[in-house]
Amino acid sequence: MTAIKVAYWPGCVSRGFTTELHGSMAIAAEKLGIELVELDRANCCGAGVIAEHNQELADTLNARTFALAQQTGLSMMNICSTCQGAQSECQQRLDADSAYRAHVNEVLSGQGLSYEKDKDGFTNKNFLWLLVEDYGLDRLAEKVTRPLSGLRVGPFYGCYVVRPKERLGYDEFPDRDVYLEKVIETLGGQVVEYDGARKCCGFPVITMNRDTSLRQAGTHVGDAIDAGADCLVTPCPLCHLNLDMQQPEAAKVVNRDLGLPVLHLPQLVALALGAEPKELGMSRHIASTKSVEARLAAVPA
Amino acid sequence: MAEYKLKVRRYQPESGEGPYWEEFKVDLDPSLSVLDGLLQAKDRDDGSLSVRCSCRAAICGSCGMKVNGQSGLGCKTQIGEAQELAEKKASVSPTSNGETPAIVVEPMGNMPVIKDLITDMESTHWTKIRRVTPWLLPHGEAPEREYVVEPESMIDITQSMACIQCGACVSSCLSMEADPDFIGPAALAKAYRFVGDPRDAETVERLHDLAHDPHGIYDCTHCFSCIDACPKGVAPMDQIMRLRRKAGEEGIHDDPNNGHNHEAAFVGIIEKKGTLDESLLLQESFAPGLKGKLKPTKGAIKGLLGSLPVAIRGLKTGKMRSLPKLIPGVHPKLPDGAQDEVKAIYAHAEDHREEFNIYIRGEEDVEPEPEPDETDSDSGAAQPHGGGAGETLGAGEETTEERPL
Repeated sequence: MTAIKVAYWPGCVSRGFTTELHGSMAIAAEKLGIELVELDRANCCGAGVIAEHNQELADTLNARTFALAQQTGLSMMNICSTCQGAQSECQQRLDADSAYRAHVNEVLSGQGLSYEKDKDGFTNKNFLWLLVEDYGLDRLAEKVTRPLSGLRVGPFYGCYVVRPKERLGYDEFPDRDVYLEKVIETLGGQVVEYDGARKCCGFPVITMNRDTSLRQAGTHVGDAIDAGADCLVTPCPLCHLNLDMQQPEAAKVVNRDLGLPVLHLPQLVALALGAEPKELGMSRHIASTKSVEARLAAVPA
Repeated sequence: MAEYKLKVRRYQPESGEGPYWEEFKVDLDPSLSVLDGLLQAKDRDDGSLSVRCSCRAAICGSCGMKVNGQSGLGCKTQIGEAQELAEKKASVSPTSNGETPAIVVEPMGNMPVIKDLITDMESTHWTKIRRVTPWLLPHGEAPEREYVVEPESMIDITQSMACIQCGACVSSCLSMEADPDFIGPAALAKAYRFVGDPRDAETVERLHDLAHDPHGIYDCTHCFSCIDACPKGVAPMDQIMRLRRKAGEEGIHDDPNNGHNHEAAFVGIIEKKGTLDESLLLQESFAPGLKGKLKPTKGAIKGLLGSLPVAIRGLKTGKMRSLPKLIPGVHPKLPDGAQDEVKAIYAHAEDHREEFNIYIRGEEDVEPEPEPDETDSDSGAAQPHGGGAGETLGAGEETTEERPL
């Protein structure tokens, strides 16, 4: 069994408004046996917003993060769909042209950093991708001590990890947009199919058009409830903010009761590996997770 | 030759009945298209099956449709690949019954359906295209023959020009699903075609108009659906972002959606703190700087007040109980001199602002490792950047020869 050690970029929001994600990733990694080398000097990926203002700025900021990761000699792992998408977009441009890359590396060289294309097979993968591709579902299945029997889970991917396919590695890994379903099944849960699984949570426009934003979040949560979901699971903390933290507001916009728990992917994994809801910060969620806890309490770890 | 099942969403307005599903069994080579399958079904089974099509070669833009939920052109969707996708979906679906799944074919979304797979492009797509004044607005006297500009100055907009008006992006647009008044990806990509055209003299007016429309450039939910749907590599969302960038550069900072303030706040926070201070972002998006706080707009007050219940709930559950989260601006900088490194990056990048577009420049060939016994002095030298026979384009991009003008 190859030990997995990664240069770990936790992102901004997992240490900001969704600290339960950062904490549960640490617990999940420990239970899985994945060693996380945290990139604590790395900067925000820009979330697509910095690229909107100045593309070169976003590319350089992410080149710095890649360079910091490359210094550890390890490949990178992120726990946010948005980081994945924003970073993959920048990496595609950096890898496309050596002159552009050299130009970006100019300012990094002053800091003793340099982003090198394909250095030691360097990759940047979301925890969801790493879990399926590098860790392996069979290995994950062996670690399950509390199967999520009977828990009906709706997957919510987050746009930045499913589109556009051509720069997110779908040629090599065409099943990336069904990984959440595979993980849910491996952990003993029941997949719930509903319309919004790969749609937009609306987070990017929450300050710009609150109605458009919360209408999307409210509709997808509502559709999942109608399809019988006990909870949603998402690999993106920004989606989590719009689906969970804004859930009561979204309910007003779509004019219906919601109240569906939304779990972070590492929380779902850690639960199946025996962790307790309290240590995973589940009481901090806005949409109460008590119903999930009650369901799982029936199955001892 | 292989057998496929096409499950088509049909609708016959003259029947008085609502839409319904009908399955057709077709038999064709996996390398042929879903459109070929539909035409076979139309030919062999039911001549009333209605679909718009013409060139069958992804250039006329007629056959926009949704295959397995994905918007695109029927003629550019390989039926073998469509079957693989249907099987992938079925493999993780709790409702699949072990039968070979059908390929689901539906009319484009976000548009009224006229009949079967034929949608009303006029009321949605074309109305929105006209909204952005899709013709040149030059000033001064008309030249005797044509407006002469440097070819290089027109290269930037060739990506927008590649649009064949198929409507796949409109069909896929998730903002439009939530807000039907959103001007939308096709129209905004078309708007960029004129904003970026050196012969147009009303750039600022166009940008002002699109930024100030509450359903304009700041209504895009940034979901990449249009980029995935577009069969020609136009990447409409990228054009919308360029419109935002240009609007900001032209000093259009007071859009009613606080879009520019949000962008500026985000950029500014990372320069100072390196990672995102969410409460500061919220505050600065609505009430930027001193002026924004002394004289907040009505929208700002509404936005900030609207965030109060969210913050209170966050306090109650313990999500936002620590000072750095609650109080805007208390968030720590990056440790150990890292923040200075970020500031240096800002200084360099704000100075240069290079916009590298893979659609235009393509992706480099990977130079193969020279053999150890090669004595040729040129081996190992870097491939010169730009043009040249060795350049390959990434998936989805057009070659320069095909680019329409």
